[in-house]
Amino acid sequence: MTTIPKRRTYYPSWFFLPAAVIYGVLFMLPTVASLWFSLTRWNLFEAHFIGLENFRQFFSEPFLVKGLINTLIYAVLTSGLKTICGLLLAVLLTGEIIARGLLRTVMFFPVLVSTIGVGIAFTVMMHPTRGIINVSLESIGIDGPGWLTNPTLALFSVAIVDLWKGVGLATVIFMAGLASIPQDYYEASRIDGATRVQQFWRITLPLVRPATVTVVTLSLIGGLRSFDLIWAMTKGGPGFSSDVVASVIYKQYQAGFYGLSTAGNVILFALIAIIVLPLTWWFNRREVEQ
Amino acid sequence: MTLRFKTRLATASVLALLAGSAYAEVTLSLLVDNTPSTVASAEALAAAYTAANPDVTFDIETRPGGAEGDNIVKTRLATGEMADVFLYNSGSLFQAMNPTQSLVPLDDLAAQANILDSFKSVVTAEGHVYGVPIGTAMGGGILYNIPIYEELGLSIPKTWDDFMANNAAILAAGKVPVGQTYGATWTSQLFVLSDYYNVQAAVPNFATDYTANVAKYATTPAAMTGFDHLQQVFEAGYLNEDFGAATFEDGLRMIAQGEVAHYPMLTFAIGSIAETYPEDVGNVGFFAQPGTDAAQNGLTVWMPAGLYIPVTSENIDAAKAFLEFVATVQGCDIQTEAMGATGPYLVKDCTLPATVPPVVADMMPYFQTEGMTAPALEFLSPIKGPALEQITVEVGSGIRPAAEAAAMYDEDVRKQAQQLGLPNW
Repeated sequence: MTTIPKRRTYYPSWFFLPAAVIYGVLFMLPTVASLWFSLTRWNLFEAHFIGLENFRQFFSEPFLVKGLINTLIYAVLTSGLKTICGLLLAVLLTGEIIARGLLRTVMFFPVLVSTIGVGIAFTVMMHPTRGIINVSLESIGIDGPGWLTNPTLALFSVAIVDLWKGVGLATVIFMAGLASIPQDYYEASRIDGATRVQQFWRITLPLVRPATVTVVTLSLIGGLRSFDLIWAMTKGGPGFSSDVVASVIYKQYQAGFYGLSTAGNVILFALIAIIVLPLTWWFNRREVEQ
Repeated sequence: MTLRFKTRLATASVLALLAGSAYAEVTLSLLVDNTPSTVASAEALAAAYTAANPDVTFDIETRPGGAEGDNIVKTRLATGEMADVFLYNSGSLFQAMNPTQSLVPLDDLAAQANILDSFKSVVTAEGHVYGVPIGTAMGGGILYNIPIYEELGLSIPKTWDDFMANNAAILAAGKVPVGQTYGATWTSQLFVLSDYYNVQAAVPNFATDYTANVAKYATTPAAMTGFDHLQQVFEAGYLNEDFGAATFEDGLRMIAQGEVAHYPMLTFAIGSIAETYPEDVGNVGFFAQPGTDAAQNGLTVWMPAGLYIPVTSENIDAAKAFLEFVATVQGCDIQTEAMGATGPYLVKDCTLPATVPPVVADMMPYFQTEGMTAPALEFLSPIKGPALEQITVEVGSGIRPAAEAAAMYDEDVRKQAQQLGLPNW
């Protein structure tokens, strides 16, 4: 008599059904629908199929190329700064310093504040003539620039505010990473006569790698799709000089070009996938090799 | 017997009507833009209507103007979340909100008989009228500070060269010649849009050819002039220091209090000046956008916004009754009382008070002379490119030269024309 081999699953498969329905309705369906609508001229009432015309139009947008370059600059800049500053702050805040608990709280506080609120507050502070930054600079004899109205400066001003707002999260991730490094390594190296700088480069940096991967990936994705802070502070302006892909898409949507903006979203999705997938693959491979 | 029966029936129906009206309490939601004068007149109209019809109350919401406002209106219409009555531009922006599918036709309003045809034509789609006017017709041009003009002994410029000569004199006197407020991007379009009287004087067929994809801004020198002018005032250093960050409210303050001598704007701004700086209303005057020919210096005119009812409203009858009330002489008077006299109404027999602010007094002569006004392009053609305000900010901030900007705007317009499904695009 043969026995039927027992299936190696703990739950009946219909247990997965609710999750599958939620995933299908909330994720699969909109994705497929957006792929379809990106091929149409759509006014929310009716959609006309126009093939790849929207993609051609989107790539011929005069400000799109600028938006793409700005997106990359913004993502790399904010991600790089958050990683470096986050790690340094984490090293500082895990060290033996006075009022460590208070400093940790203060550092994390901006993360909790609404992005739009931060954007509006900094827009007021960065006003070219009445803002507190330029008024303070003026009192010590420096003629401050138009932080948000100078077309070459606007994007960088927003990036700095993004750093201020986002560095707390990176620091917390790094602090967790640092806490998981066994103290034995530091003790052993101290016996061997290593300096603090050597400890940082030879022990802390290599062993905090999982945290670094998380911070870089998260902040890079965040930077690539960043929109709210830029919109609150410059609306992509002056003119188109701080436009990123997401704000170009939003403006198409604002103008009622729904098919075109959906095509833009498909492009943004592809862009993020193209950049982030190889990056995570590369990071993970290095981890395995180690 | 029949008579008695009829009387009884009549009594019963009268009672039913009374009962009906007593219990049919309606709250109409009303969405208007957040310009101080608009809010004031909407509140006054609502209060007066509630006083006459206690069973109808209002819930007034405000929204921003410009592209942000376009977005809110289009999205709320498309998702069925629109207020019972809402205020929105007439002309090309009206055409862009799919009026035939999203709005209730208002051909059967009794008030239509009072509304001037020039307004009806800018809220008509496929032969049906969809809006009633709120506010007054306005002129696009330049607000100027009267004390500065008197102090420096300047006269009203009729040509662009005169205007630039005045600016040079104002700068030499240590004052700021032109106020610009690119922090509110929509305000950057005025030099281009207000120049349309001069464009049509030079190229009478421009609107038709432009709609038919024949005439272009970049290849029509008269149409390019507006972009050139924006570039010129920037390059001459005539702007206020914070032009990139200043807002519409800053602009009102600057022109009312004499911080700047000129502010390119629509005349409706006087309503907001009256609201915010009542003591300075007498210090602000107005002239049309100067062109090339002093003998032919006319005014580009904007039609007022309309009030519309979305098909998704649950109180269409009550909303219609309210619109009947707005488009009457009484409705005009309530608005005049709330925001002051800002220009001619589009409702028959509406009058302005004997004393009006200088801006209005300066504007009225253009209306009273035949051929001295022309509608803005957005009332002659359904297409207006959505990126114009960013493009004009670029030209006015020295980021992009005028010729390149005009070509860029022609591309922007193409998208709008295609979205509207116009032929030849």
